[in-house]
Amino acid sequence: MTVLSPSLVLGVSAGYLLVLFAVATFAERRAAQGRSVIGNAWVYALSWAVYCSAWTYFGSVGRAAVGGIWFLPIYLGPLLAMLLAWLVLRKMVRIAQTYRVTSIADFIATRYGKSPALAAVVTLITVIGIVPYIALQVKGVSAGYEVLIGQAEVQRTGVAWWQDGTLAVTLALAAFTIVFGTRHLDLSERHEGMVAAVAFESLVKLGAFLAAGVFVTWGLFDGPADIWARARDVPDLQSLLRLKGATGAGDFGHAQWFALTILSMFSVLLLPRQFQMMVVECVDERHVLRAAWIFSLYLLAINIFVLPIALGGLIHFGPGGANPETFVLSLPLSQNATALALLAYIGGMSAATGMLIVETVAVSTMVCNDLVMPALLRMRVMGAGAGDVTRLLLVIRRVAILAVLLLGYVYFRVAGDVYALVSIGLISFAAVAQFAPALFGGMYWHGGTAAGAMGGLLGGFAVWAYTLLLPSMAKSGWLPGGILDQGPFGIALLAPERLFGITGLDNLTHGLFWSMLVNVTLYVGLSLARAPSGREASQALLFVDVFDRADAAEPQWIFWRGRARLPDLVDLATRLLGRARADKVFRDYAQAVGARDISGITADARLVDHVERQIAGAVGGASARIMVASVVQEEPLGITDVIEILDEASQIRGYARALEEKSRSLEAVMDELRAANDALKSLDQMKDDFMSSVTHELRTPLTSIRALSELMLDVPDMDPDERAEFLRIVVSESQRLSRLVNQVLDMAKMESGHAEWCSTEIDLRELLTDAVHVTAELFRERGAEVVMDLGDDVPRVFADRDRLMQVVLNLLSNAAKFMPDQGGRVTVTLRQEAQALVVGVRDNGPGISADQHGAIFDRFQQAGDPADRPPGTGLGLPISRRIVEHFGGRIWVESAPGEGALFAFSLPLGRQGEGEHEPESPDRG
Amino acid sequence: MTTRNRDGGGPPPERLVALFALALAVLNFPLLLLWDRPVTVLGLPLLGVALFGVWAALIGLLIWVSERPAAHRRKPRRPLR
Repeated sequence: MTVLSPSLVLGVSAGYLLVLFAVATFAERRAAQGRSVIGNAWVYALSWAVYCSAWTYFGSVGRAAVGGIWFLPIYLGPLLAMLLAWLVLRKMVRIAQTYRVTSIADFIATRYGKSPALAAVVTLITVIGIVPYIALQVKGVSAGYEVLIGQAEVQRTGVAWWQDGTLAVTLALAAFTIVFGTRHLDLSERHEGMVAAVAFESLVKLGAFLAAGVFVTWGLFDGPADIWARARDVPDLQSLLRLKGATGAGDFGHAQWFALTILSMFSVLLLPRQFQMMVVECVDERHVLRAAWIFSLYLLAINIFVLPIALGGLIHFGPGGANPETFVLSLPLSQNATALALLAYIGGMSAATGMLIVETVAVSTMVCNDLVMPALLRMRVMGAGAGDVTRLLLVIRRVAILAVLLLGYVYFRVAGDVYALVSIGLISFAAVAQFAPALFGGMYWHGGTAAGAMGGLLGGFAVWAYTLLLPSMAKSGWLPGGILDQGPFGIALLAPERLFGITGLDNLTHGLFWSMLVNVTLYVGLSLARAPSGREASQALLFVDVFDRADAAEPQWIFWRGRARLPDLVDLATRLLGRARADKVFRDYAQAVGARDISGITADARLVDHVERQIAGAVGGASARIMVASVVQEEPLGITDVIEILDEASQIRGYARALEEKSRSLEAVMDELRAANDALKSLDQMKDDFMSSVTHELRTPLTSIRALSELMLDVPDMDPDERAEFLRIVVSESQRLSRLVNQVLDMAKMESGHAEWCSTEIDLRELLTDAVHVTAELFRERGAEVVMDLGDDVPRVFADRDRLMQVVLNLLSNAAKFMPDQGGRVTVTLRQEAQALVVGVRDNGPGISADQHGAIFDRFQQAGDPADRPPGTGLGLPISRRIVEHFGGRIWVESAPGEGALFAFSLPLGRQGEGEHEPESPDRG
Repeated sequence: MTTRNRDGGGPPPERLVALFALALAVLNFPLLLLWDRPVTVLGLPLLGVALFGVWAALIGLLIWVSERPAAHRRKPRRPLR
């Protein structure tokens, strides 16, 4: 097997770290220019892939080589979490961004009444659970290095500590993390450069692993099928791709499979680095939707070649031939593919460094905000008059970063190869899973209290330490091994891996089950035992109902009562945020509330809440609470105050809603009025039209009467024949005038409801026959033919005979007017339909186009061109319509130009007497 | 909670919860036993192919649910109610 020179490997590693610096610097510069490179779902999702640490990169192949498909639950769990990311993770992001939460300890402490004790406990659990995990990453880098240079563990002892490459890498990472993790005390604790570098590292590790996978699958072997075919020849490899043995359910550890799935589902949200990347570094919560499936695809992609590499390594080296965890390096090396081996090593290093950087930033934030700060506050170092502490904060954080990384390194040196380190990955998962009840319970249940959360966390953590951490130490030889077999002091019931004699579970499932049982029981039990305090209840509302807010940037309720002075708050903010940032905070606030300048701001509850949230971004919610409380005079928040504040808020919302409803109903009334006004206007217009039409119609006969009369007056010796002719015209025009006036009066009466109706049972056959007789002369004059088709026997209808006659005569005379000079023909029909009698008058005149069918029933509307239409008042059809409608019937026309016209009306049957009850004139008769 | 979550647009919560339940069922005992047979698909062991296939299919469903055009989704609620 080839080996590489240490200087080459170290040189490449250093080069890679320089590239990381460059990427991060580039991203920070772009951010400063306002052209952020991390503001999209792809970079966001890639930054989540910090989940895949060295433990994934090297460890998955190792697990697959031993347990076959058992490496998968660690990645199927995140898939489950991603399916719900839009619901759960988005809520976490919304809460964190609204209340300036910067770590998981801060999240839990802020939810339960901003309890400093809870924040400290969560931080301690994290440090204890995560530092070994950090050591594991250091070991990953170191082990890869040893494989590449072919150096064994024993030989390294001869090297002075300062020549140790692993320490150099650790220190370089500390430098990177300090530069890009604490460059400035960001209000929202966001790190553009770090996110960009981690996203870049995710691409590198994916590319490197895929390259190694392709090399093994198609370079070393002849495709995946070939690997599997050859695996059949090696004993024991067959069973790797069966659930467990060949006999089925009895042997498959389905409890463990389920436990691992659920455990990793929680871990992908709760590991400090995941919380940092997913929640704290989130630029826009809408990115969660797309990032969820991109991240799922990433996990799928990085796992595709795990089995081929594991099987390929086992076939190539034979069982026990090489450490499966480093197959990804040793397989390329065995083929002298040094460049690929180096690339694979860089991939592993990127997996380790990404995890180290982010985890360290997250843990150091917690240590600084939730352990050191409260201690300093207690010692009054941070109290009023302490001056600007922003520099102090940065120093604390930088020291914390260095301390966490060195702690990991020392742990690795002390316990490098013992069981405790190898198994720590899943044990760390189980530690952070203890946060799940308090965190998710707090997001969806109003009733959770600080006591419940504290009890659950401590209880769960204690059981975790007893059932998982303690055995791992015992197996490492740090504790007497007998404690595992016989139990402490020989009490078998308390044996850490078989509590109360429960057997049949693997130790992880066993520990997870008991710790979660205790955790959830205490959380729920203690929460229910005592009602939440005012502050707990108010924070519960702010968290659980975070999506109820109208404005995404401001909380819906502000639970604070007391008195504050503006200068005190400005002073506090200046000390904690620095002058420039504090100025900006107050200037923005002044603008938001519409104050003239900073001095114009009212120091009310809203301002106090605003300042407290800004400070929380820098020092954590619990510390911010203590500091704000120290500079203002506030009343303790009782549960009754919370209820009062809620009442006030809901009253205000009630007013707003009532106002909105009022304005909505006002709008409706306005619309109605507008519609009524429009109707009135058009009626007015119609009246004007009517008046002008009437006067026009009156003027024509009047003009001719007057002209003829004057002529006869002026010419006394007129020819008698001519005079008689003139007089006949005068009489005829006068008749036309009086007819017109009668019709107008008739119309007006009917429209006002003052018309007289005298209804009797009438026979329409008889009525139609009479009408045709009356008009027979008219048709004969015009040489037209009248055809009657009246059926045999029709029921009688109840109506006013004279009025109906008026309608029929009108229709007949219309037909006469419009018929052609030659071959005119009118057909009068009577038909019985289901509930009505239908009278039709069909002519063979010019017809009426469809767009005028409605208009001809309006007053003074005659069909056709006004120039050549026959004389008429234009009131006949409107009056006919009134009459027909009065009897509950309908009048209409069916016609097309050139096809004649059918005027028809229907009268309903069985309306006896009803017509008499119509509103009629009071002065009737 | 389900209606509250809708204010950001996005897919209906019911669909995501249903997808989660489906994934929980198909990725666990006893449905996993369906694939536990000494059979090969294109020369590959059935169990591995099936697990990765189910995995990919679930991601496909997630993409489908997440990326459907906004017009199919309910309009965000008016903030003031």
